[in-house]
Amino acid sequence: MTQLSALSKTPAARREPRRSSRALTLNLIAVVIGLVVWTLLATVGVQGLPTPLQVAAKAGELIADGTLLDDALASLRRVLLGFLLGTLLAIPIGFLMGWYATARGLLEPYVQFFRTIPPLAIIPLAIVLMGIGEVPKVFVIFLASFLSSVVATFQGVVDVDKTLINAARVLGASDRTIFLKVVVPASTPFILVGMRVGLGSAWGTLVAAELIAAQEGLGFRMQQAQLYYDLSTIFVGLIAIGVLGLVMDRLLLLAERRLTNWQERR
Amino acid sequence: MSTKISFKNVVKTYPMKEGTFTALDHVSLDIADREFVTVVGPSGCGKSTLMSMAAGLVEPTSGEVLVDGVPVPGPGPDRGVIFQQYALFPWLTVRKNVEFGLKLMELPADERRRRAEHAIELVGLSDFADALPKTLSGGMKQRCAIARAYAVNPQVLLMDEPFGALDALTRVQLQDQLLDTWSQEQRTVMFITHDVDEAVYLARRVVVMAARPGRIQQIVDVDLPYPRTEEMRLSPEFARIRNEVWHGVYHQPQAA
Ligand SMILES: Nc1ncnc2c1ncn2[C@@H]1O[C@H](COP(=O)(O)OP(=O)(O)OP(=O)(O)O)[C@@H](O)[C@H]1O
Ligand SMILES: [Mg+2]
Repeated sequence: MTQLSALSKTPAARREPRRSSRALTLNLIAVVIGLVVWTLLATVGVQGLPTPLQVAAKAGELIADGTLLDDALASLRRVLLGFLLGTLLAIPIGFLMGWYATARGLLEPYVQFFRTIPPLAIIPLAIVLMGIGEVPKVFVIFLASFLSSVVATFQGVVDVDKTLINAARVLGASDRTIFLKVVVPASTPFILVGMRVGLGSAWGTLVAAELIAAQEGLGFRMQQAQLYYDLSTIFVGLIAIGVLGLVMDRLLLLAERRLTNWQERR
Repeated sequence: MSTKISFKNVVKTYPMKEGTFTALDHVSLDIADREFVTVVGPSGCGKSTLMSMAAGLVEPTSGEVLVDGVPVPGPGPDRGVIFQQYALFPWLTVRKNVEFGLKLMELPADERRRRAEHAIELVGLSDFADALPKTLSGGMKQRCAIARAYAVNPQVLLMDEPFGALDALTRVQLQDQLLDTWSQEQRTVMFITHDVDEAVYLARRVVVMAARPGRIQQIVDVDLPYPRTEEMRLSPEFARIRNEVWHGVYHQPQAA
């Protein structure tokens, strides 16, 4: 394994560092330009817009008194809990739907219908049914990630190359073996893509979910800041949401690359 | 010699928007135990369909397919299949692909290892045993698929254009290897090809099929002794048989 993957990597490996360091430089330049434009806009006079430095100072303040960390943890906890529950349920249900026509027939109308409803539109219903505690917030995030993962898993199972299934079958594989040794690995790339989309939509649903009378959380903090016209705090919240979302997405991307490294990439 | 595979009045139709499409129209063919039969014919004449029936992957619309005198119950490791599309498991290395069938046989690990090693060596992939399929060329993928089928040592080998993607040299090597293993282990082989030369070189009988509807046009006996040699390819007898097959494939009377 080692010897050959090293062999197959050489041409790409030789090219990659140069290209990515070049891309990184461009990324940095873009960020610097963005900050300069922002500073200009703030100083030249867009009403109430804080400069990057003011935002940084605010961030320092919120970090020092622990607010930012507490809020971030509260938000992360909700997102991860909803996301994990959603994905854990979505994968077996997606497999069921892909593998058994009966399960597909029974479940597909619901999945397809709820998929067309933006998760945010469920919030009023969730509040009425579940009160204003943690449950409705986690539920909405759960729903968002469940729906995108379930469709991806289901699609992955349906799209498994029939010749691969036949190849296993003629070697004497039972349905069970085919499921575990062919369908599961073959649909893994789809599932991981679904999870990434799911995490994205879960994170995106968070702020709105935290508008439901939360006591802490990034969305709640921004909501509060809005009442006091505290734009700096809003910016800190936005940036924190963006950074955390990016980090989580990259982690999943890394897992995806590792698990599906066998795929031919064009 | 007893009959190993027997197609009896096999019809296969597929429903179409209007009416049905007849892929195979009353095909009857007996393949003897340990016989080497090749099947040639224009694209779409039902070669793969016929083979899939022997493999147990496709059921005839009417008629019967018997293996050892019993209707095919479904796919099984007694009949190894090499697919037209390589059908390797892309997440498994060459070795793991080859071991897939051996694992299902529940062989002890060292025996499994040994047989996989042997099959991989036979197709000349030893240096790539731990490579993933995505790093292999088309010909190497096909050789891996061949090794995977060889490894389980089936009594019947069903091969669907297995050498189609190979360069001329590898092709000839694998043809000779195939004949070698066939004469040693005496399997029954049904081998589909587009290549008339290949069909004649390998087979005791060449089945020529015609399209629309798919049917057997003629069966050409190849009265050349085994082992076949490179000199035989140049013999007048070989040329005569090849012409006969060629004529059968490319000068087919149009079906009504
Ligand atoms: N599932 C299917 N539904 C409808 N038609 C089919 C199906 N499978 C095969 N056919 C048709 O049956 C005919 C025979 O197909 P088959 O794959 O057996 O041909 P072939 O002789 O192997 O061709 P080739 O040499 O191109 O591989 C084709 O015309 C094809 O369109
Ligand atoms: Mg074919």
